[in-house]
Amino acid sequence: MDGLDDVALSAAVFLPLAGAVVMLLVPRRRETEHKVIALLTTLATFAVGIYVLLRFDYGRADVLQFNVDASWIDVINSRYIVGVDGISLPLLLLSMFVCVLVVVYSWSHFPEPHNPKAFLILVLVLETGMNGTFVAQDLILFFVFFEVVLLPMYFMIGVWGGEQRQYAAIKFFLFTLFGSALMILGFLALFFRGGQTFAIQELVAVASDTIPRSTQLIIFGALFMGFAIKVPMFPFHTWLPDAHTQAPTQGSVILAAILLKLGTYGFVRIAIPILPEAARAWAPWIGGLAVIGIIYGALACLAQSDMKRLIAFSSVAHMGYVMLGIATLTDFGINAAVFGMVAHGLITGMLFFVAGSVKDRLHTLELSRLGGLLLQAPRLGWVLGFCAMASLGLPGLAGFWGEFPAILAAYNPAPGLSQELFRAYMVIAAIGTVFAAGYLLWMLQRAAFGTPTKEFADHPVPDMRWPEYLAWTPMLLLIVVLGLFPGLLFGVTDGAVGTALAAFGGQ
Amino acid sequence: MDAVFDFPRVDFHAFGPEIVLVVVLGVLLLVDLVFEERARWASSTIAGIGLLAALVPVLTLAVAGDDRSMFGGAYVVDNFALVLKGLFLVAGYVTVLISTDYIGEGDYYEGEYYFMLLSSLLGMTVMASARDLLSIFVALELLSIPAYLLAGWRKRDLRGNEASLKYYLLGVFASAVMLYGMSLVFGVAGSTLLSRIGDAVSAGPRSAPVITVGIVFVVVGFAFKVSAVPFHTWAPDTYEGAPTPITAFLSVASKAAGFVALVQLVFIGFLGRDDVWAPMFWLLAALTMTVGNLIALRQTNLVRLLAYSSVAQAGFMLAPFAVAADIPAARGGTGGAIGSVVTYLLIYSAMNLGAFAVVMAVARKTRSGEISSYGGLFQYAPGLTVLMSIFLFALAGIPPLAGWYAKFVVFKSLLDAGTTAGIALAVVGVVNSVVALFYYASVAREMWMSPVPEGQDLAAVRVPPALGASLALCAAATLAIGVAPNLIARLGDVALFGTLP
Repeated sequence: MDGLDDVALSAAVFLPLAGAVVMLLVPRRRETEHKVIALLTTLATFAVGIYVLLRFDYGRADVLQFNVDASWIDVINSRYIVGVDGISLPLLLLSMFVCVLVVVYSWSHFPEPHNPKAFLILVLVLETGMNGTFVAQDLILFFVFFEVVLLPMYFMIGVWGGEQRQYAAIKFFLFTLFGSALMILGFLALFFRGGQTFAIQELVAVASDTIPRSTQLIIFGALFMGFAIKVPMFPFHTWLPDAHTQAPTQGSVILAAILLKLGTYGFVRIAIPILPEAARAWAPWIGGLAVIGIIYGALACLAQSDMKRLIAFSSVAHMGYVMLGIATLTDFGINAAVFGMVAHGLITGMLFFVAGSVKDRLHTLELSRLGGLLLQAPRLGWVLGFCAMASLGLPGLAGFWGEFPAILAAYNPAPGLSQELFRAYMVIAAIGTVFAAGYLLWMLQRAAFGTPTKEFADHPVPDMRWPEYLAWTPMLLLIVVLGLFPGLLFGVTDGAVGTALAAFGGQ
Repeated sequence: MDAVFDFPRVDFHAFGPEIVLVVVLGVLLLVDLVFEERARWASSTIAGIGLLAALVPVLTLAVAGDDRSMFGGAYVVDNFALVLKGLFLVAGYVTVLISTDYIGEGDYYEGEYYFMLLSSLLGMTVMASARDLLSIFVALELLSIPAYLLAGWRKRDLRGNEASLKYYLLGVFASAVMLYGMSLVFGVAGSTLLSRIGDAVSAGPRSAPVITVGIVFVVVGFAFKVSAVPFHTWAPDTYEGAPTPITAFLSVASKAAGFVALVQLVFIGFLGRDDVWAPMFWLLAALTMTVGNLIALRQTNLVRLLAYSSVAQAGFMLAPFAVAADIPAARGGTGGAIGSVVTYLLIYSAMNLGAFAVVMAVARKTRSGEISSYGGLFQYAPGLTVLMSIFLFALAGIPPLAGWYAKFVVFKSLLDAGTTAGIALAVVGVVNSVVALFYYASVAREMWMSPVPEGQDLAAVRVPPALGASLALCAAATLAIGVAPNLIARLGDVALFGTLP
């Protein structure tokens, strides 16, 4: 079976692209065929993911598996190295999983100007970029995949988005490009100072010894810019509310569920393991920005009048918990961060799905005009309530295991980090959870409780339809399963997190 | 002493590409003369096949692999020369492809057009081998003079006349400046051979002011040719007024020829005096990128936008010169800088020719180059829209399209040097990449997201086969190089000067 193992990850990355090419050849008006091809492609990719999941050796989750190392760009000594360990595996599967559901949801929800062919091709290209980023183990390969997602998302927001779509699309593009341009300079600096290699594993072994500390700090700064803009962390977050609000539902879901994770994943996979010393020096600042993000995001949520914008700002707050977990540089914190990434992907993805369906029915997400969803479309209303509960971190649902351990980890950060400072962060982050409950319940109350406003009192609001059932049930189930059995995920990530933190003495 | 005329040894194999081109030139003239109107259609075919035929000796020379030198080192055929000759011939072939219908349908002199185009290409192939001040100058004039004429090919069009005149006057002025610089350099070195000049420049006292002035003048002369800021002012007007295929040709092949000459002059002739040219190139590169991009932001005409974008791209190609002398020998030394300039040129040619080919295809229907006329293109010409997006975002340097690798090798050279100047220029480059994205994306926005302008029907755009072939070629190159840069990385890597004088 080794032959299959060798191609598994490459198949996971390039199958969607192959599907996109096939779709290019099918004429535009054959819409059903496009949908079928896209669905089959994402399902096939997901099947590859399941195969990887089954063949993955959980006893050795700390080392890369399904490794492939082939020559790519010899001149600059960059190689096609792919592999998964316990950190990438959950995110890779999340990406494949969400893409299938997005295609299912799209079955009857194509935003204007319709054109399923182009829309689904973009989804597939996005999937290639996202899967590629999670399996790439070479900096240049990582960079290419990291950038591949930009164009499809730009077009998705710009063509299928809301009123302000053009502004939102270019803002998203420019912010991310600026970050990644600095990031590539950082990668080059690692290459020159770290032994003329782009292979992440080799750099982990040599970089911290060969690069002088002052240079490490600067390189980490360049990488920080690239990843922090993508996350997005507090002062760089301004593209996110616009992009989320203007993007079509499917775009918001992919953005929230997966694209944001590329940034946090970059910290865990690249910045921290390669430059642990610099990470330690930067950690207090990262932690500080993270808690500012938590509070700022929460306060901004309370000031929103648009449901989608509110969910977008809640993303800023939630990614703050993930970054706080990362900033503690402890085994505990980073495990929580990876859990938080998956949980946030599922929960916020779901919230955007629900918001999109509400918008489909009522053509507005103004909270002041909504109300009584539970009366008009009870199932939709309950799903919204469920997701809000999950998002505010109710124990027993997945969101809890992303936030609570991250806060707890800040109590006892890695040696060398100021305990007092991180305990202060812990207190602030804990206050943030109260705010989170506040704005989510407030949103739920405004949208779902009470009676419908006069405007929509006689407006027919159909309840959930079959594409919604099909697309949402698996996500809702996973939120419950991961909430009840967090060990399923922690067991996979733990070993790999330990390896990533090897430089900190296995904290 | 007997004044016996020593007939120089001529290596006909080494001259293969040039000989083929000269033969094709003759055939073109004769066919046009003998058959007149009846053979109008044949000239583009002859020109295209001729260019492909000229590629054959380039390939056989590459297979033979040895460096050849003639006339005491004034004419050298090494890997560098071969890679660039290949580039010129392929770029020329694509130019013929995009010209075919444009020239065929217009009221133009077809035979003469292709004759001029091939003469200019002949000058370029000579330039790639010229390692002597005189042969460089001859090659430069051979490639420029037909280009002046081609720029004014639409002779009843006022802007065409302006284009040609501006290009001519400034071009001649640049030649004069350069020639003056060359004469100063020759005066000190006592030879026109670049290798001898290199020895003299390194051996002499470094402060010799005459050499300094000479180098400055020569570099400024070529800065005109490659339209580096502040010597770029002719480019946008010329590009807008010239027939679009010629604009494509000027912005790619002619610019590349200027860079080839610069590489040879700087890295063979003036290598010892990097104290003079390195700061010059730093300034030129930083200014060229920044000013080119800032002005491009304000353009409303796509051809002018591409003109300024090509100015900005030239800034990236100038950047490796600024740090070439600081790159440690272990990392390729000046060879690394040459490699990145050549790689950038090759990739830039594919992207830029492709973008112009789309402009021509769309203009066949809309008869306009205004960016606003591209509104809603996606609705009636989805294929062209996708292609244009590919070329534009490639120019912006977004992976996985080829442009990222071009930018990458330039950044690599800059950081390779490890100097503060190099890092500073890299940061300038990063900021400029972001600025550039803004205007490339604004064109994409117009095509994908804006409504179709009033009065524009939604009939599909018909793309003639020749134009389609050029689009396919450029798109294939842009995508393939972006995904597998190895295809071209090797070319950049072997494109070093031979060991022969």
